[in-house]
Amino acid sequence: MRLVCIVCPNSCLLEVEKTDAGVKVTGNKCKRGITFAIEEVTAPKRSLTTTVRTVFENFPVAPVRTNGEIPKEKIPAVMAYLKTVVADKRYKAGDVICGNVLDTGVDIIITIDMDQEG
Amino acid sequence: MADYKAVVIGGGPAGLAAALAAADKGAGTLIIERENRLGGILKQCIHDGFGVIRFGEKLSGCEYAQRFIDKVKAHPGIEVRLLTFVIDIKKSDIFTITATSSRGIETITAENLIFANGCRERTARQVNIHGTRPAGVMTAGVAQNYVNLQGVLPGKRCVILGSGDIGLIMARRLTLEGARVLGVYEAKSTPSGLTRNIVQCLHDFDIPLHLSKTVKRVFGHGRLEAVEVCSVNDKMEYIDGTEEIIPCDTLIVSVGLIPENELAESLNIPLDPRTRGPFVDQNMMTLEDGVYSVGNCLHVHDLVDYVSETAETAGRAAAGSKAPRELLDIEQEGFLYLVPQKLDLDSLAPETVFYFRTAMPREAATLDVTVDGEVVFSKKYQNLKPPEMERVEVPLSPKKGQTVKFFLSGREVK
Ligand SMILES: Cc1cc2nc3c(=O)[nH]c(=O)nc-3n(C[C@H](O)[C@H](O)[C@H](O)COP(=O)(O)OP(=O)(O)OC[C@H]3O[C@@H](n4cnc5c(N)ncnc54)[C@H](O)[C@@H]3O)c2cc1C
Ligand code: SF4
Repeated sequence: MRLVCIVCPNSCLLEVEKTDAGVKVTGNKCKRGITFAIEEVTAPKRSLTTTVRTVFENFPVAPVRTNGEIPKEKIPAVMAYLKTVVADKRYKAGDVICGNVLDTGVDIIITIDMDQEG
Repeated sequence: MADYKAVVIGGGPAGLAAALAAADKGAGTLIIERENRLGGILKQCIHDGFGVIRFGEKLSGCEYAQRFIDKVKAHPGIEVRLLTFVIDIKKSDIFTITATSSRGIETITAENLIFANGCRERTARQVNIHGTRPAGVMTAGVAQNYVNLQGVLPGKRCVILGSGDIGLIMARRLTLEGARVLGVYEAKSTPSGLTRNIVQCLHDFDIPLHLSKTVKRVFGHGRLEAVEVCSVNDKMEYIDGTEEIIPCDTLIVSVGLIPENELAESLNIPLDPRTRGPFVDQNMMTLEDGVYSVGNCLHVHDLVDYVSETAETAGRAAAGSKAPRELLDIEQEGFLYLVPQKLDLDSLAPETVFYFRTAMPREAATLDVTVDGEVVFSKKYQNLKPPEMERVEVPLSPKKGQTVKFFLSGREVK
């Protein structure tokens, strides 16, 4: 099976083979490709970046991201949940706005300093 | 005496890094930015993937910019003027910059100038689409601004023209926000964006990618109602009988970026037709002494990490004292482009950093650098693709009058 590693912009083309000894991966330029391939064929994960609404007129939405990866199939549920979240104070980049989102063990963090002009 | 040792035009990642490097070397530095916040295009790049090379982390564009903004704000040697638009530059023994803002018209003088004013997007008008001019046709960057900065969804049923990274990232973003992306159409037979973006932005969301197809016509009065798509051959000519009408309310055009160089051209700074940015030496100094060009106005970068790196090179040089240059042309073959295009023999470091894009996809490629016909450096590449910019450090110390040539060869991939 062929997969493209999405961990870094190199986009290595990975050849993944399931053998008795486990999963065999070739084509990776670095070892992160192996971890990626094994996860991708067992339980694929993605990071998620989006925005949440705020209460500030001059800053209508604030960018957020997961501070780790979440199961790919949970993305729609997390998106739906984040539609209900409103940033009601001037967070700083890195601040957690929702901890352990939907029990994924991953937090949602703000990725900008909201106290800037604009 | 000039008001500032270095004036940086543009407060995106290039301008921020250039200003920090100049000010760290003691130069009194000013950043002029037309928008109300620093960060440039990264303000709206909420997706991650920035900073892998520089910080070894996958940051969002906003976070990457924030790291530099924090340092700029804390630096005593840097002043920032926001909501200030540079409209004119005149050259005498120093540079006189005219800018407009709510304070009125200001004149600022500088010993050195650093252009860091980015690029602009090619629009639907520039790609020859026929039909009416309805609302709902916009560039990917404009769509990104709507969604990520204003929190507004530009449409519900979207067609994307162009498979560049910005278009791919917007396909995913619009889908996550609840719009339907009907397809991405690319006139060329290969996608222009990174493969990882095809996978994580299109495949993950079952968005079809149609190669060798383009948008021929738009329909709609007031608002866009449909587009006509059509197959094209490898000469980019429409193939009759392949037309298809797709009802949609939004067409997002992502067909490339063009370095913004109107101000540089007004100073008669020569531009390289390959990069569409100025010719520069290894310090990113243009052919006009004291004027530097960095970031996307120099050439369109796909990785911001390299934007910061070159901007720092320019910033350090702009903090130094002016010295006459001995410029040597670099000859090139096999490249879409190669930067820098010149070497200043009087300020050579042991190694010079070059950035290049191959002219066509190649396998088992070799980069050879020769001085007077003798190979002084050689590097092999498994794969080279035009959308992926390469960085290479080359030890070079040619003498005046010698011929330096960069030569890229390898099997062409169809
Ligand atoms: C949509 C998009 C997605 C990208 N995704 C990635 C990615 O995933 N990973 C990655 O590493 N890189 C990515 N890049 C590339 C990277 O972000 C850019 O190469 C980088 O932002 C370029 O920086 P810059 O400072 O040259 O230009 P910009 O960020 O465009 O900054 C130019 C600044 O100059 C200001 N300006 C212009 N003219 C004037 C004037 N006359 N007076 C005053 N100010 C002026 C503008 O307002 C702007 O703030 C992406 C780029 C885009 C556009
Ligand atoms: S295998 Fe390593 S080098 Fe290749 S894309 Fe994955 S992370 Fe990047």
